[in-house]
Amino acid sequence: MKAKPPSQNARRRIAVHPRDDLRRPLAAVRQRIAAHYGADPLHLLALLACFALAGYAASRVAAAGIWVGFVIWFVGAAIVHDLVLFPLYTLADVAVQRRPWGRRRPGPHVRWRPWVNYVRVPAGLSALLLLVWFPLILRQSGETYRKAVGLGLSPYLGRWLLVTGLLFAGSAIIYAVRLRTAAAARRGPRRRRRPEKPHRK
Amino acid sequence: MPGGRRGIAWLTAHPPPGPFRREFWRSPVRGPWLTSVFGVVLLVGITMLAVTGLLSYAAYDPRLAGNDLTPQKGVLGFYLFDWPTRPVWLYRLSQAIHVILGITLVPVLLAKLWSVIPKLFDWPPARSPAQALERVSLLLLVGGGVFEFVTGILNIQLFYVFPFFYPAHLYGAWIFLGAFVVHVALKLPRMISALRSRSFRQELRTGLAETRPEPPDPDGLVAVDPADPTVSRRGLLGFVGGASLTLFGLSVGQTIDGPLRRTALLSPHGREYGTGPNDFQVNKTAAAKGITAREAGPDWRLELLGPQRMRLARPDLLAMPQYTYDLPIACVEGWSTLQRWTGVRLADLARLAGATPGRDEVFVESLERGGVFGHVTLSARQVADRASLLALRVNGADLSLDHGFPARIIVPNAPGVHNTKWVTRLTFRPARS
Repeated sequence: MKAKPPSQNARRRIAVHPRDDLRRPLAAVRQRIAAHYGADPLHLLALLACFALAGYAASRVAAAGIWVGFVIWFVGAAIVHDLVLFPLYTLADVAVQRRPWGRRRPGPHVRWRPWVNYVRVPAGLSALLLLVWFPLILRQSGETYRKAVGLGLSPYLGRWLLVTGLLFAGSAIIYAVRLRTAAAARRGPRRRRRPEKPHRK
Repeated sequence: MPGGRRGIAWLTAHPPPGPFRREFWRSPVRGPWLTSVFGVVLLVGITMLAVTGLLSYAAYDPRLAGNDLTPQKGVLGFYLFDWPTRPVWLYRLSQAIHVILGITLVPVLLAKLWSVIPKLFDWPPARSPAQALERVSLLLLVGGGVFEFVTGILNIQLFYVFPFFYPAHLYGAWIFLGAFVVHVALKLPRMISALRSRSFRQELRTGLAETRPEPPDPDGLVAVDPADPTVSRRGLLGFVGGASLTLFGLSVGQTIDGPLRRTALLSPHGREYGTGPNDFQVNKTAAAKGITAREAGPDWRLELLGPQRMRLARPDLLAMPQYTYDLPIACVEGWSTLQRWTGVRLADLARLAGATPGRDEVFVESLERGGVFGHVTLSARQVADRASLLALRVNGADLSLDHGFPARIIVPNAPGVHNTKWVTRLTFRPARS
């Protein structure tokens, strides 16, 4: 971050204006503040302005009589990503990258194409769609939605599953095609043991 | 303060285990260049969200009586102006940008947060008062940013788990924007130098095999003990961009008409009702607002109040000069649709009530029960526009009950909720100026 000791530049600037009576004490004050504060006083000024605006907006929240819920949601928003969502998707990613349980490594003659991204991408996109649209997909807002729109939420789960299926299918097809082109490029004469993705080359 | 410095030195040398240690973070693609790519996209995108969001607040004309959903706004409404009626598509476009762009930016926001997450566990927590204060502002930035995205995204799905959307989203936006502006001001030089440190084009030509970590940086984003890469920077950017495209492609349809509307598979208001003249998006049903067929039947009268008083039945209105305009319904929730409306001009009704179009505003009241949008004040400018109608018909047929039968307001470029349905009374009165 901006935590730097007063820069050489600041000192040089004083030297450039030796006869400027005003600037010299000002620069000295700036330097002294910077030494204690850890950054240029402008940094402090900008942050104070930011906190003043936030404080004023917070006072409007209080005036609106919603501050309890607001604070809960605001603090919740600050930690839900860092301490819930991020650890969850990181763990999911680690899990995906582990070899399937008990599956024996094929012999050294089989050259696997790295497959993890062909799972990561469709799974990630599908999870993202669920994250954004879960009230529709999991019918969380069914009552208010029906009152407003006049229709139910029943199609959304199917649509999400359809999109998810298409993403995984597309990813599998791309993987298979790349596997084939890679095999063709290598002109490997040996047939490989790949029961789930047969080669006919 | 030598004591403090010694303390910080001791803390630095003794980090708690886990994420507080730099070796914990091993991604080989994290680094200032990658963060800056996400940062520059968010800089442009969030600026557009802010502008369109503030415009949307102005579109509600909150200075007119009864229109303000956040009457405690104080000076935060300093920029408000008389919302224009032209171009008729302005609110449709700006609110589509606000909502659809917001949805589209979700993956970029998540990627940006992922790219800087080691900073959250920076140890020691602060080396100087400057750093401590800046980290507090980052709490406002991240908390405010996530808060704005979450409240907006839940609201467009009518998932009202917080009973206070308008003030929360507005005041939360100001808290976020202050922190956003300061963050940009403090980080802009670093972002520019980081973007210049690598060629974007070269990066797009670099596959997994050639992917190497960025050089060590003073911010500590680059891993000290990087793992082998499983994805290139190109791949990661493609993933994030592809995720944005997916969200965009599955929701943008709710802002357009015609066959492409059906592409809005995952968005709340891209629904199909049928092929009839009244089969377009509803967002407030008659049943939900307690409107009965009897109230809206032959006994219904429109009450005009102004210098003169008058009660009109639907045939009286149909006997007046009828005008037809193609105008959009554009909702704050981001969906919109263009329809052909027929009815009497609000200006004609104003004259009938003895009022003066161009000088007088109108207070519109609906039959609906409950809710904050059963009434609205339309400005003198809105009353005077020749395309501002009390609509009786749509696409050549009578309005359906769900679309506001017997009569509804339709005003060019107004937010959807201001196009009041089931109108029962119009009160013309001089505008305060």
